[in-house]
Amino acid sequence: MIQLEQVKKSYADHVHIGPIDLDIPKAGFTSLIGPNGAGKSTTLMMIGRLLHLDEGQIQVAGMDVSSTKSKDLAKIITILRQENHFVTRLTVRQLAGFGRFPYSKGRLTKEDEAIISKYIDFLDLTHLEHRYLDELSGGQRQRAYVAMVLCQETEYVLLDEPLNNLDIARSVQMMEYLRHVADEFGRTIVTVLHDINFAAKYSDRICAMKDGQIAAFGTVDEIMNGDILSNIFETKLEVIQGPYGPIAVY
Amino acid sequence: MHTPLNRAETMSQPSFSTIWTKSFLFATLVVLLLAVLSLFTGVYDLRADFDMFWITRVPRTVALMLTGAAMAMSGLVMQLITQNRLVEPTTTGTLEWAGLGLLTVYLLVPAPTLVMRMTGAIVFSFVGTMVFFWFLRSVKLRSSLIVPIIGLMLGAVISAVSTFLGLFFRMSQTLEGWFVGSFASVQVGRYEYLWLILIATVLIFLLANRLTLAGLGEDVATSLGVNYNQLMMMATGLIALSVGVVATVIGNLPFLGLIVPNLVSMFRGDDLRSNLPWVCVMGMGAILVCDLISRTIIAPFELPVSLILGTVGAFVFIGILLKQRKRGGVR
Repeated sequence: MIQLEQVKKSYADHVHIGPIDLDIPKAGFTSLIGPNGAGKSTTLMMIGRLLHLDEGQIQVAGMDVSSTKSKDLAKIITILRQENHFVTRLTVRQLAGFGRFPYSKGRLTKEDEAIISKYIDFLDLTHLEHRYLDELSGGQRQRAYVAMVLCQETEYVLLDEPLNNLDIARSVQMMEYLRHVADEFGRTIVTVLHDINFAAKYSDRICAMKDGQIAAFGTVDEIMNGDILSNIFETKLEVIQGPYGPIAVY
Repeated sequence: MHTPLNRAETMSQPSFSTIWTKSFLFATLVVLLLAVLSLFTGVYDLRADFDMFWITRVPRTVALMLTGAAMAMSGLVMQLITQNRLVEPTTTGTLEWAGLGLLTVYLLVPAPTLVMRMTGAIVFSFVGTMVFFWFLRSVKLRSSLIVPIIGLMLGAVISAVSTFLGLFFRMSQTLEGWFVGSFASVQVGRYEYLWLILIATVLIFLLANRLTLAGLGEDVATSLGVNYNQLMMMATGLIALSVGVVATVIGNLPFLGLIVPNLVSMFRGDDLRSNLPWVCVMGMGAILVCDLISRTIIAPFELPVSLILGTVGAFVFIGILLKQRKRGGVR
């Protein structure tokens, strides 16, 4: 379980986040949605210990992220942010191999290699595994990073806008993979998503944020409600039942 | 579909046997031949007095090889931790800071020993590199071209300070001698501290995986459990050690840290652990060639090697820029 207790963070003068109290249960797929500047990514980064909190505390699987050693947390939780502007020339397999760093410190064992192969195969990167990252398309590169994160074999996987810069086909593909990760490998996935309908289709729970606060948190059916969404996005939204579940139209 | 048995053979990481490939053995052989050539190049007739061989020739060749490895390695480490391919000790001001350190020691102590000068150079390059890195992190520059420009500007400011101090205290001659790196004065008793570079090499090799992770960015490195700030401090310390020693013993050597790592990256990617031997060997090769040119082009006189490096380096620098622009790598 991920527990946030009275978490606060301030940036500059005008951006204040919190106090946030939130319990994200173990297992399943949780999406953070909300308008720009609501504090979704900041919250995710604080959970993933990439940002320090000003006040309050965050516990992941009972470990305080501020005081637990980073290398111990690396076996419990991993966070992947939006793509970096600097493309390192590593092969897909080398990159995925670094996901084993918390365990092997870079000296990969037979078991590590087997785990790396497993996730590279899972993400259909087998034929690309010896290609350099800068020779891949954006979608392939994103998958390679996801392979690295999965190789870390952490209970909790945080992803900041995993669909950024992906077209519809690649987005659907990525969400299918992530859904499988939650179902088949039993990981707890928390993502920041911009597209409400992607969140609705693939998540178990949706957490909506607005102005640095949690505006609503519940199952997809609870949150996919015209009044709630209209209020959060300050735009008229309606939810209709589509062939694959609820859809927000605007 | 691959069977699991098949897949286990595709290793992600180089083992001992994959580092010592045929091409690496070949490169090593070429560098050794260059070293031998370097040993027997010179004006002095060795047949007259073979002692000179041990007094100047061997020290010079050893110094060249150690320096080449040090500068290439420092460049590579800097490029990984700044995530910028155009960064190296002369485009970040590190070398200029080392120069200021040397001068400061001269000003504070009337007749400083080599150890004193070296300590000054190392401490100042450490401080200067930290200033640069701190600046990069707080400004969060996205453009890879701005970074070396700022580094060059910072370096220019520092060397202006050095020049001013030099003129003011009438030490500009010391300074001028330093600005043109040359191996002409290397001989027994004057170069031995360069062996410290071996220590830096071993330590960088031990940190190699962490440094490669740093090249993936602070977020990725942190998420994988690397203590990023501590790593930055250690890496900066090792760069300062290498650059400081080279600056004291040899002087200013531009572009070596830029050319070699970029060429290696083009052919072999950015995995530091498997590339480090390549970068060291290529660094040695590059500087041996440049030094051979500098010694033969106007024989029996000799040009400073930094002149040759600067000329060759400038062309390669432009070449890398054009290539990256084509690929859309530079923004």
